[in-house]
Amino acid sequence: MSTAVNESAPGGAARHHAGLPRLLPAAPEDLHAHLARYGPTPYQRRPGVLIAAVETAGLTGRGGAAFPVYRKLDVVARAGLRQGRKVVVANGAESEPASRKDEMLLRLAPNLVLDGLQLAAEAVGATEAHLYLHYAPGPQILRALAERASRGLDRLGVTVTQAPPRFLAGQETAVVNRLGGGPALPTFQPPRVTERGLGGAPTLVQNVETLAHLALIARYGPRWFRAVGTGDEPGSMLTTIYRPDTKAHIREAAIGTPLSALLGAIDGASDGGVQAWLVGGYHGTWLPVPDAAGVTLDNASLARFGAAAGAGVLAALPSDRCGLTETARVTGYLAAESAGQCGPCLNGLPRIAAALAELAGFKGPGHRRRTVADLERWSGLVEGRGACHHPDGTVRFVRSALTTFAPEIARHARGQCSATERRPYLPLPDGLPAREEDWT
Amino acid sequence: MAENLRVNPIQCTGHGVCAELLPELVTLDEWGYPIIDPRPVPPALDRDARRAVAACPTLALRLLRSEQPARSG
Amino acid sequence: MNTAFWYASRATGIVALLLLTAVLVLGILVNRQGRLPGLPRFAVTDLHRNLSLLSVAFIAVHVLTAVADTYVHIPLVSAVIPFASGYERFWLGLGAVSLDIMLAMIVTSLLRGRLNRVLWRAVHLLAYASWPIAFAHSIGSSKDLQQGWMLILAIGCAMIIVAAVIWRLAHAAQQVPRAGRVAAVFAQHTASAARRHRGTVAR
Repeated sequence: MSTAVNESAPGGAARHHAGLPRLLPAAPEDLHAHLARYGPTPYQRRPGVLIAAVETAGLTGRGGAAFPVYRKLDVVARAGLRQGRKVVVANGAESEPASRKDEMLLRLAPNLVLDGLQLAAEAVGATEAHLYLHYAPGPQILRALAERASRGLDRLGVTVTQAPPRFLAGQETAVVNRLGGGPALPTFQPPRVTERGLGGAPTLVQNVETLAHLALIARYGPRWFRAVGTGDEPGSMLTTIYRPDTKAHIREAAIGTPLSALLGAIDGASDGGVQAWLVGGYHGTWLPVPDAAGVTLDNASLARFGAAAGAGVLAALPSDRCGLTETARVTGYLAAESAGQCGPCLNGLPRIAAALAELAGFKGPGHRRRTVADLERWSGLVEGRGACHHPDGTVRFVRSALTTFAPEIARHARGQCSATERRPYLPLPDGLPAREEDWT
Repeated sequence: MAENLRVNPIQCTGHGVCAELLPELVTLDEWGYPIIDPRPVPPALDRDARRAVAACPTLALRLLRSEQPARSG
Repeated sequence: MNTAFWYASRATGIVALLLLTAVLVLGILVNRQGRLPGLPRFAVTDLHRNLSLLSVAFIAVHVLTAVADTYVHIPLVSAVIPFASGYERFWLGLGAVSLDIMLAMIVTSLLRGRLNRVLWRAVHLLAYASWPIAFAHSIGSSKDLQQGWMLILAIGCAMIIVAAVIWRLAHAAQQVPRAGRVAAVFAQHTASAARRHRGTVAR
């Protein structure tokens, strides 16, 4: 597993945009360095102040769903009884295999995340705090927690739990399920976790990057936060970028940055290298280039292609690869990662994955027509009929591939493939789930 | 007081009783799972809807008041 | 009058046993998504529920007539408090145990929407205890069932139940655990796709 490179280091290539980078220092910062740079955790002490600031700032969730943070904070703050239990969870599960930004953030700036966790806890009146991680907690996180505890910086003790390496492990209800001692499998809503979550208590689940932004808004205010980004989608976000010529790297980008600045310019001369862009990870969307060349990293621009930024995974697919084969590989993974709890998803996703594998095989034009018809029917059948968004995201990914790689699909039906490089491009973890313990 | 029929897809095991009792609002997909009309239940079908909810062997079918937000991401 | 009560109690008891046999078989049929020939799916569920209520009605008459009959003294409470009867203490006691379980099953089913699912299921599974106990009560306390065609009837019911339970257990043994379901669908789809495309020649 190659280590992603942090391109946002001050003085690094990303420094062209004023106000960036905000989240990621050049090297891991321990508590001492963190306090020297930021000062102590700015507890607000008065109710509602932080929530109002977050509302003005327009911060949205950085875990993929982009839900307005102030609304979630507000719901949890109002929910339940005054003296009752309330829970906040910092979600660092980063279950998207292609995303590495939360891992990087937790390694370089754990104290920013932990500040955000304590501030969110104060804002909603939480009595319990959790940190949910993809890997066993690294030395930086453990040291940060220990140092903060010894200095009495944290109002609430933080329980650290490791998530299983499953695609759905970071889903909000799966997080609560896992923290409650069950498997990391989604549960049906209603009730929403913000009303009845962990142990029946109102629960705030927030991505670690979101909490880091929140910790900065608490210090510098909403106007500072809005100094970068667009009017409707302010601020910056961490992206994980895959380009053919480099290793995967993490970059903090202002929302609204042209994708060509992040993924490489597409023009007549240099587009020989890239055939398509994947935006938003494996529940995201394939964008055809050069059609999408002018698209910017904000949902308003991306929506024109049916895409959304998600958790910031951006991949440029090299022209020497087969987009159909890549899609089939990833869809096979997504199908295997289905919780298997809901009939439509359980039945539909494996069939969709198998159909894509057949299209990637060389079976003839008649076969292609039947298979695409099956694919479209199954996609329609699974969408919106699961307890979570796994089937919906998978269908979005597959449909965008059917459009963007239509020429390649036709080629395969004639027994040809345009790829000259057979090695897989998009990263997938080894090991698919097989036993019940794989979800705990 | 609008009510919507919703199925808990985790509890649903595809018995298909709902589709028999309320074919106007429920059809079965090719795997035997219910496809539910998302619009509010018309008053004329209210009694049948309640009967279908009561008849579900796993109590997966529910009648929920107005628009409850659906699953999260 | 006493004789009438006594005969009524014996008759309703036998009918109750037949009904309970049907209820348990129907319950297994619901679980297995089985069908009754010519009947819609909801009939299986509705029959199961309705016959269970009818059984309790017959048991109520069975109990009340036995109590009303003054030839032997059977206190009313012994219908639900096991082993509280002087007459045939043990065999009647089994009847009470079985009835208690049935009442718990019916009450939890009526309140099912408000109850924890695991609790409902645990109580409902007690059906597999309730029927054999009712059967033992029937054979032990009724000379009728110990001979002649009534005995054959009783044994017939037992054999039907055994067959149904074996069918149920066989299904439970074949059930793919949740963690293996996706793999099972993949395998099933690949097999049927192979059958469908056997004639297609790949280029």
